Amino acid sequence: MFDVVVDIVLLTFLATTSVAIMRMTNLFAIVMLFGIFSLLSAGLFVVMDAPDVAFTEAAVGAGISTVLMLTTLALVKRSKAPYYDEAPKIHTAWLPLIVVIVTGSALIYGTWDIPNFGSADAPSQTHVARFYLENSLPDTGVPNTVTAVLASYRGFDTLGEVTVIFTAAVAVMLLIGGKRPKSAPKTEDEEAQDEA
Amino acid sequence: MKPNLILHVIAKFLIPLIILFALYVQFHGDFGPGGGFQAGVIFSAAIILYSLVFGLESGEKIIPHHWLRILASLGVVIYAGVGIESLFLGGNYLDYTILGSNQIAGQHLGILLVELGVGITVAAAMLILFFAFAGRGRE
Repeated sequence: MFDVVVDIVLLTFLATTSVAIMRMTNLFAIVMLFGIFSLLSAGLFVVMDAPDVAFTEAAVGAGISTVLMLTTLALVKRSKAPYYDEAPKIHTAWLPLIVVIVTGSALIYGTWDIPNFGSADAPSQTHVARFYLENSLPDTGVPNTVTAVLASYRGFDTLGEVTVIFTAAVAVMLLIGGKRPKSAPKTEDEEAQDEA
Repeated sequence: MKPNLILHVIAKFLIPLIILFALYVQFHGDFGPGGGFQAGVIFSAAIILYSLVFGLESGEKIIPHHWLRILASLGVVIYAGVGIESLFLGGNYLDYTILGSNQIAGQHLGILLVELGVGITVAAAMLILFFAFAGRGRE
């Protein structure tokens, strides 16, 4: 019963946040609402007993990506009028509306075949999940099955993921890092002079 | 950046707690929720908070750029090194069982080292991303 109340409250907030993001034109406020959206999703993951996913969503979605979007926002020029006032209107609202209705209906139709939450005969419960739950503790001595699967059974996958993150950092360094502002060496020299 | 007393006091109070929590998530990941990835992100969040409140230069003084590059590579090297170590000991690649005296000890040591590698790489990568984006603003 308590879970249902929390679910309804969180989902209501989630829907309100989405509508607010769509209606707003102030980019700073939209970035802040994105952070709130991620935090609400993290709350939903906790209610669904997935604390590992909630951790990641709260730290990456609400924390890091909000900061990255804010720093990006500080770099780009903000126009006073929303962009869609400046852009020429080449079509009416009907085309996007029809596309959205068709896509939305297809997605809702797709949910009819999804098994109920936590249902024992869901495909994700019937294949390897049972093996992991029964064997991970005697095999690895690690009580958290998620960690056992992630680091031991699927060690190769995680090595690949770490390499992907490393590659992303290298790519960002090559694209926009590295080059220091021209004033930086001067300030270092000035510091050296000040110290001497 | 204009100094703001409330932000400074709250940040100084929060940052040690955030780092402590990151270490807890890192080394308690075997028993509770969490692990290397989450711990790395939380750790980098503490440094990012410090840089946001006290200025980018102060943040870069804690961890210089060349350290970050070394750390990001070091995590991957630790992870891959655990695999190569198990190869040398006569097992399969990333087969932790061979690392310890029995299966449980070997798996435990392997998972701990591998998660440490993940945590170091993720923390360093997130900080590289943040400093790369924020550093552009000064030009």
